[in-house]
Amino acid sequence: MDDNLLKILEIGVLSTSVLMILIGLYAVLTKRSLIKIVIGLSIIDGGIHLLLITLGYLKRGTAPIFSPGYEHAADKMVDPVPQALVLTAIVIGFAVTAVALSLIIRLYRHHHTLEIDEIKTLKW
Amino acid sequence: MKKFLVLLILAVLGYYMYDALYGIGIGIPRFTDGVKDFYLDKTVSQLHVANTVTSIVVNFRGFDTLGEVTVLFLAVTALGSILYKKRHDVGTRSILFSSSSIVRSGSKLLFPAIVLLGAYVFIHGHLTPGGGFQGGTIIATGFLLMLLAYENFKVSHTVLSFVESFAGILFVVIGLFGFMNGGTFLQNFLPEGALNNLFSGGVIGIIYVMVGFKVATELTGLIYTILHEKD
Amino acid sequence: MIYLILILFLLVLIIGSAIYAVVQRDLLYAVIATGVISLVLTAVFYILQAPDVALTEAAIGVALTTIIFIITIRNTVRYESDNDKKNKIKKL
Repeated sequence: MDDNLLKILEIGVLSTSVLMILIGLYAVLTKRSLIKIVIGLSIIDGGIHLLLITLGYLKRGTAPIFSPGYEHAADKMVDPVPQALVLTAIVIGFAVTAVALSLIIRLYRHHHTLEIDEIKTLKW
Repeated sequence: MKKFLVLLILAVLGYYMYDALYGIGIGIPRFTDGVKDFYLDKTVSQLHVANTVTSIVVNFRGFDTLGEVTVLFLAVTALGSILYKKRHDVGTRSILFSSSSIVRSGSKLLFPAIVLLGAYVFIHGHLTPGGGFQGGTIIATGFLLMLLAYENFKVSHTVLSFVESFAGILFVVIGLFGFMNGGTFLQNFLPEGALNNLFSGGVIGIIYVMVGFKVATELTGLIYTILHEKD
Repeated sequence: MIYLILILFLLVLIIGSAIYAVVQRDLLYAVIATGVISLVLTAVFYILQAPDVALTEAAIGVALTTIIFIITIRNTVRYESDNDKKNKIKKL
């Protein structure tokens, strides 16, 4: 791959992650359905994961896995620290989504609606 | 009106976010003598582990992983307590359908293969991409397939909680053994072995297998709880 | 060149699925679109040399998140109600 191609890849991935965060934020701010808000949160999650992995990327780098005979190739590897961080973040994000969805089921059982305008017992 | 206001705010936010992030520069080596070089060096020279992400998750940041599995356990507990109902309602499946015999036979055929794949992924976590979290999730996906294919497929909660707590206790005990050898929590006390062998890396392989069992049982319990929810 | 077209196609697919997931009023379609986002993100993570993260995203993002969303929709309502006009009338 030549340099121009790599440049386009970097700009494309970076703008994709920023756009994903903005689209998710739009859903959280304007939508009224609770499930749509959780969908927006999971889109924000994906955008942040992509952003972190992109910031750890190294031009012409390889995955941070050693093989015999190449023990001293550490300067050609991408950053493993954001990858470990994102690995944790995906699992925790799933747990948070599951708890949020169970809260939604519980709310629906009491109010028989998912629109946040119509759930009024929280206001006093 | 509100949507235009939101779009305006998001446009300003996006412009500054893109500007700031583009200024960092992507694809260039930023840190020299940073924590990245320390981890990459110690992984192959001291621990003899091939996969650097595994060595960070289990060894250098192993205490954080213990916290993470605890957060997952707390999420499953919270799910069970939020969806709690009276005793006689529990047990009826919310999604009632009868799957065809092709789906039943196919999932019965695929279930051992999926569990075997999950076990392979978490046993070889220190050699190839993968590890406890990935393998555990794959096993939970196999249980999900069986739960969707068979209406009365039961998972024993006693077995789940026994395996889960056993794996958690073994994780902590292995971590505490590090203190006995004069080190810190999760210090290695087994022989390291050679690079790219199955028995290499000391305690890292054992801990990732324990994490795999713990994640598999927790996620299976989560799916079982939320699938048996009936309105 | 073909590599560049592939990557740009993947990125456009992510953005398109995200917009579809936010705009669509049928929540089941929106959930499937979020599953597609996770599936394409797996390929992008692999291109960015992060195979561990790609495996995690494939197992959790595609399979488990989608299925718990679908179970929630099955237990609640499927359609997001179009009540923008109703609210305007109420306020007037």
